[in-house]
Amino acid sequence: MFLVPALAFIVLFFGYPVVKNMIMGFQDYSTKTFFTGEAPWVGFSNYVAVISSSLFSTAVINTALFTIGSIIGQFVIGLALAVYFRRRFPLNNLLRSLLLLPWLLPLIASSAVWKWILDQDSGVLNQTLLFFHVINTPIPWLSSPDMALVAVIIVNIWLGIPFNVTILYGGLQGISEELYEAAALDGATKWKAFRHITWPMLRPVASVVLVLGVVYTLKALDIILGLTGGGPANATQTLTTLSYHESFVNFSFGTGAAISNILIVVSMVFTFIYLRVNRRPVDE
Amino acid sequence: MRNTKIAAVLAGAMMIPLAIAGCSSGGSGSSGKTTLTIEDYYSPPSLAPMEAVYKACGTDIGATVNATHVPGAGLIAKVLQQSSSKTLPDVLMLDNPDVQQIAESGALSPLKDYGINGDGFAPAVVEAGSYQGTLYGLAPAVNSIALIYNVEILKAAGITPPKTWAELQDAAKKLTKPGQYGFAFSGINTYEGTWQFMPFMWSNGGNEKNINTPQTAQALQLLVDMVNAGSVSKSVVNWGQGDVLDQFTAGKAAMMINGPWNFPALQAATGLKWATVPIPTPTAGQTSIAPLGGETFTVPQTGDKSKMALAGKLVACINSAKSQETIAKANLNIPSRTAVAQQVATSNPLLAPFVTVVANARARTAELGPDWPKAATKIYTAEQLALTGKMSPAAALNQAQSQ
Repeated sequence: MFLVPALAFIVLFFGYPVVKNMIMGFQDYSTKTFFTGEAPWVGFSNYVAVISSSLFSTAVINTALFTIGSIIGQFVIGLALAVYFRRRFPLNNLLRSLLLLPWLLPLIASSAVWKWILDQDSGVLNQTLLFFHVINTPIPWLSSPDMALVAVIIVNIWLGIPFNVTILYGGLQGISEELYEAAALDGATKWKAFRHITWPMLRPVASVVLVLGVVYTLKALDIILGLTGGGPANATQTLTTLSYHESFVNFSFGTGAAISNILIVVSMVFTFIYLRVNRRPVDE
Repeated sequence: MRNTKIAAVLAGAMMIPLAIAGCSSGGSGSSGKTTLTIEDYYSPPSLAPMEAVYKACGTDIGATVNATHVPGAGLIAKVLQQSSSKTLPDVLMLDNPDVQQIAESGALSPLKDYGINGDGFAPAVVEAGSYQGTLYGLAPAVNSIALIYNVEILKAAGITPPKTWAELQDAAKKLTKPGQYGFAFSGINTYEGTWQFMPFMWSNGGNEKNINTPQTAQALQLLVDMVNAGSVSKSVVNWGQGDVLDQFTAGKAAMMINGPWNFPALQAATGLKWATVPIPTPTAGQTSIAPLGGETFTVPQTGDKSKMALAGKLVACINSAKSQETIAKANLNIPSRTAVAQQVATSNPLLAPFVTVVANARARTAELGPDWPKAATKIYTAEQLALTGKMSPAAALNQAQSQ
């Protein structure tokens, strides 16, 4: 009986949409469906249409680059900041809470601001770089297909740092200070202490951060739509933006669902890893 | 603006699964008059004049009119939700290219059932509201795009408004200096980018049925050349029409492609002197063909025949000469009845160039019907590939056509 509320919640808000989405992937679900209620069963033809489209491989590659790039950047910077904030210094708490700001801003607002910062002609970033003679010509951050994905990844790294810092900082708090004192007595350098104490002790937390990060990044949509809308020339088209475009621009909900189902499967693989990683400390 | 639209679409999308009958479908008003619901996407400042027209028409046909205003791009998501929960409004406003999709779904009733046949309307207006030859939606006032230029900047440079492509290229180049581009247009990867490309493609004999033609490639080459010459910002691939307007009002572009819905904003910009001319054509003396824009009014299949008949009367009244004049004056667009448009041309010099543009305009969905969105996607994809230098215009159009 205790399970009923939880079960009802899961079935209503997770089970139904996922199952519905799976079914939609096998249907010709268009604008007509909404009025007539009829969605003819088309088997795997939505999947065939999606995978054979010339955009699919672009989207898969972009999704992979976007995810890997974002995760590496977020994690490395996040970890460095978390280690940095372990030290006691004035304003530590204030700075640490300020770091959460990107998390608190509505994504639509921050992507609009980033779009302005990254503008080729009058953006603050290019103006600054030009002023300090770091570059000679403005960088076309969002208007060149070669740079747009990099720009989007940079913004997503900025966005993901708070999450990484918060969780990793929490993990660092769990490592006893005595270990470091003992290591210092043995003459360990800072790097050695990190290598042999911090990193092994932090590993379970780090894996959780990485796996959750992958799942969050795979499904990132709003930041890309806000910055580039998948452009220019499809340079930042990922599986999520493609699915969004199919469903809500072309109103071809069947193919849109097919793409998101592919994403769900990929996410589930990572969720499975997450659950395994999470279970291990208990087993040990 | 685009971001709020995205938010609206997302919000609307989330509502689809919750297809719960949340909207009252009307019924009798307290005064015994029938209440008709009407749904549109107007927002201030164009909202108040529309409300006034609805109210006046309600009095004329003896009904109370209740208007709901849905934010821009959220409208279609809302309409789909309403059509699955059978709670469509009595009168539905649709942006003209969307009429195809919704009419195809069977949710709309033919306007001829209510004695509306589109006589006296500009041909493109009837085409835009028709699906497979049947008229489903009629727009009281329409718009299009033209070349809007900064009078003072052109005067100072001794340049007359361009009429041909060569003049446009030349003027754009001469008007470019540090901090100011000669020309701006929207080359974004949405239907807005396609909409702004149409005049160049159509005026040169290009056709949306097959974009892999030398005519369309030449049109695209013109835009690519201007970007490569530095007369147009490379950022146009990310600019919606709102961004183009911002560049122009900030004095960062001397000329731009835009439409009359921006006139209020342009008039509000202090110290800005501007004027409009039709979009330049390949050679002198040709007719500039621009796409037709505007919101049509439709009567959805709600099942209640008597209310649908009354809704038909409301649509007829919104499209009457009197309503058209009111809407056109307040919202600065062009009446869709050619006779009323002529009156507006003589009384308002600001709108006069657009009366000619609209008379020659073409409906985007006229040739392809519900397949237009696919072609539109191909067109902006090719435009982006070419403008960013990834491919030559011909190669980009070839790839997009076969996509």
